[in-house]
Amino acid sequence: MKSGSTRVLAAASGGGHWEQLMLLRATLDNYDIRFATTEPAVAAQHGIESADRLPDCNQNKPLQSALCGLVALWIVLKHRPQVVISTGAAPGFFCILAGRLIGARTLWIDSVANGEQLSLCGKLSQRWAHECWTQWEHLGTDARPRYFGAVL
Amino acid sequence: MILVTVGMQLGFDRLIAAMDTLAPTLGLPVIAQTGKGRYTPQHMDAQAKIAPAEFERLVQQSRLIVSHAGIGTVLTAARFAKPIILVPRRAALGEHRNDHQLATVNQLSGRPGILVAMDEAALPARIAEGLAVKDWSAVQSSTARQLHRALAAFIENRPL
Repeated sequence: MKSGSTRVLAAASGGGHWEQLMLLRATLDNYDIRFATTEPAVAAQHGIESADRLPDCNQNKPLQSALCGLVALWIVLKHRPQVVISTGAAPGFFCILAGRLIGARTLWIDSVANGEQLSLCGKLSQRWAHECWTQWEHLGTDARPRYFGAVL
Repeated sequence: MILVTVGMQLGFDRLIAAMDTLAPTLGLPVIAQTGKGRYTPQHMDAQAKIAPAEFERLVQQSRLIVSHAGIGTVLTAARFAKPIILVPRRAALGEHRNDHQLATVNQLSGRPGILVAMDEAALPARIAEGLAVKDWSAVQSSTARQLHRALAAFIENRPL
């Protein structure tokens, strides 16, 4: 397609976060796309055999989080993406942080489940990602988060 | 088959009881995930919890989903292009801690494949509409088109 050579890493935890990434696939597949997720078996069900495994983690598990950060850095160094995007949650946020370290452009798309306020990682992404988008129009601002529609 | 779900975490007996009353009139088997409710359905094949893999298989087999306004179920229905009827939980009736499901249905109402029944009285009409929905797997909502366009612009480093 038009920009088929742009290398993109798309990361999401299993469950609803991954489902939202899959709903964006029609666009993601136009690029040199690589996936990372906490549940590669679910990715395989979607026909993605080469997804990298991220350890699951959250803010209540510091050791798991540290491990996840290291694995995210490893995955980013392996693929050297020009763009990193995530629909959540914490493991995807670590991929965004790792992406920043190598100079990738980074985009956080906060889950459509967060209609009342941004998720914790969404709030961190307001500071650390190049772009932070909400999927709820009433939460959108001029800067971070911005609103550009929703997966549904 | 019609699949009814209120998630696993909370009961939503108002919806379960209404669907149990309607079930004999629908001409299709009805399977329900009743969560932590107390009502015991008489006319539906009911389980408190359905394991995720099994739930996904049931979604695939269903013609219509009737659900509380939980985003997880909406996403699963979208993945398999199944029509879904959403009934919002109401805080005033003790069905959730607040009325965020009302906000959810107000936002999602009218998007492809999504129907809203504001209360149980609206269910028969919505179910008839839902069963009449034609294949909408190729239809994209305007909000989804907007997000896909913005995502492509970001990846290609074009102005948003």
